[in-house]
Amino acid sequence: MDAKGRVFKYGNNVDTDVIIPARYLNVSEASELAAHCMEDIDLEFVNKVKKGDIMVASFNFGCGSSREHAPIALKKSGISVIIARTFARIFYRNAINIGLPIMECDEAIDGIDDGDIVEVDFSTGVINNVTKGTTYQAEPFPEFIKGIINGGGLLNYIKNN
Amino acid sequence: MGMTMTQKILAAHAGLESIKAGELIMVNLDLVLGNDITAPVAIKEFKKAGASTVFDKDKIALVPDHFTPNKDIKAAEQCKCVRNFANEMNITNYFEVGQMGIEHCLLPEKGLVLPGDAVIGADSHTCTYGALGAFSTGIGSTDMAAGMMTGKTWFKVPSALQFVIVGKPQKWVSGKDVILHIIGMIGVDGALYKSMEFTGPGLKNLSIDDRLCMANMAIEAGAKNGIFEVDDITLAYVKDKAKREFKIYKADADAQYDKVFDINLSLIRPTVAFPHLPDNTRTIDEVGDIKIDQVVIGSCTNGRIEDLRMAASILKDKQVAKGVRTIIFPGTQTIYLQAMREGLLEIFVLAGAVVSTPTCGPCLGGHMGILAEGERAVSTTNRNFVGRMGHPGSEVYLASPAVAAASAITGRIQNPETL
Repeated sequence: MDAKGRVFKYGNNVDTDVIIPARYLNVSEASELAAHCMEDIDLEFVNKVKKGDIMVASFNFGCGSSREHAPIALKKSGISVIIARTFARIFYRNAINIGLPIMECDEAIDGIDDGDIVEVDFSTGVINNVTKGTTYQAEPFPEFIKGIINGGGLLNYIKNN
Repeated sequence: MGMTMTQKILAAHAGLESIKAGELIMVNLDLVLGNDITAPVAIKEFKKAGASTVFDKDKIALVPDHFTPNKDIKAAEQCKCVRNFANEMNITNYFEVGQMGIEHCLLPEKGLVLPGDAVIGADSHTCTYGALGAFSTGIGSTDMAAGMMTGKTWFKVPSALQFVIVGKPQKWVSGKDVILHIIGMIGVDGALYKSMEFTGPGLKNLSIDDRLCMANMAIEAGAKNGIFEVDDITLAYVKDKAKREFKIYKADADAQYDKVFDINLSLIRPTVAFPHLPDNTRTIDEVGDIKIDQVVIGSCTNGRIEDLRMAASILKDKQVAKGVRTIIFPGTQTIYLQAMREGLLEIFVLAGAVVSTPTCGPCLGGHMGILAEGERAVSTTNRNFVGRMGHPGSEVYLASPAVAAASAITGRIQNPETL
């Protein structure tokens, strides 16, 4: 399994202003950003999140500002993969570019509840809900996306290839 | 098969005869943009990748506008990082406080974006330049870094929604009301991954400032880009500004659209987006009694001269309501000067408003007008997300300069027609 953790589940249109409010964008260090991740809609997130945990949301995740600080904050806070019905397009690019895996899968959103333990296999696209004993099928990552994620982001990938 | 305006520009910049939606292409860029928030992250990535030179020092624009004039020490350090990089790389289009403006007001004014261009910017509102018939879209800092290195980026070719504009807007209705109406109709992800293409006989009744405002908010419907057909109004705007050749691209007659919408300007009412999404719209006739604490007029959406003229025409010889902080941000130094010469700034100050230097400021809760818990603002900016202008328990109502100025006078969301 490439990712395994507890699920933090949110709704539609989780925007980049709530992922990392602009008032904290006077810095770009990942750890300082992660300290404020999600705080405007979930004050407990930063205290509860552990390395490997998984974020699940519905439509249009990451809408709004182009700030790459948003996926950087989520990745640094420990989130290993985000599963949503759809992603806003700039967030989608940014997440892949910094090596944060994201997947689109309707049935996973329908089946997974907040707090479930879930594991994800990026090669097959299989999402396994350990808590409920159910599995869901997402599109597996194409090879070059896997290369970017394993290489730690686009520019590392370009440099090493 | 025919191509849309966007597809034609992308095909030309990819060196391809023809492209279709869904195809992955590599595109040559005419301009790569960044600001004081996004460029520092891009510069870090640029250096991490071992790059030592930019692809073209004339085709990069760096505009520290978000937290400038530097709001605190950390912001000052970020601006210093951008300034040092601009010096090191000998970037032509770096704009310091004094020359700068809000990036999306500034670049069109400087003639740095022209019809037919392909532009990326590490700022989501880079889609603004579609008003001039360019393809322009927001990207993140890593894409900006790669763009500065190579002068190229990859895109998945978007399909398009077409908006056929007819009619003439009512007196107090401007581009802001039109785009809020459209976002309210299709939703904040109604154009996800797609182009929004604006055409039709009604375009002649939308000024460049109206179009810049509308294209600016294409991202609030999730669009990759918003783009207007080039006409005489566009050409009159770019005539004195263009210092290089440009090309006009028109959609093919048989271009495919996912959906076509007919928009009759004469039927659109002044429109307000309630918290906390830009698609949560109501016409001015449906807003009810909403008391406010602050009014913000400005931003990359509505900080242009026509916006200030409209606000001034309402505030002239009037007073803002007691306790309503009214903050006005001209978009650039040129707009500021123009507003000064036309006497607009005097009207604002006499009315009890304050006039700020150009900055993104309160739009994103940066500085110069932050809201406390429970406070409400009517703002001509582009987003009303939770915590956008300050405390997560504050509220932002998005509106036109006319509605914002009228609201400043009564202290409630106000229909300018009944003031």
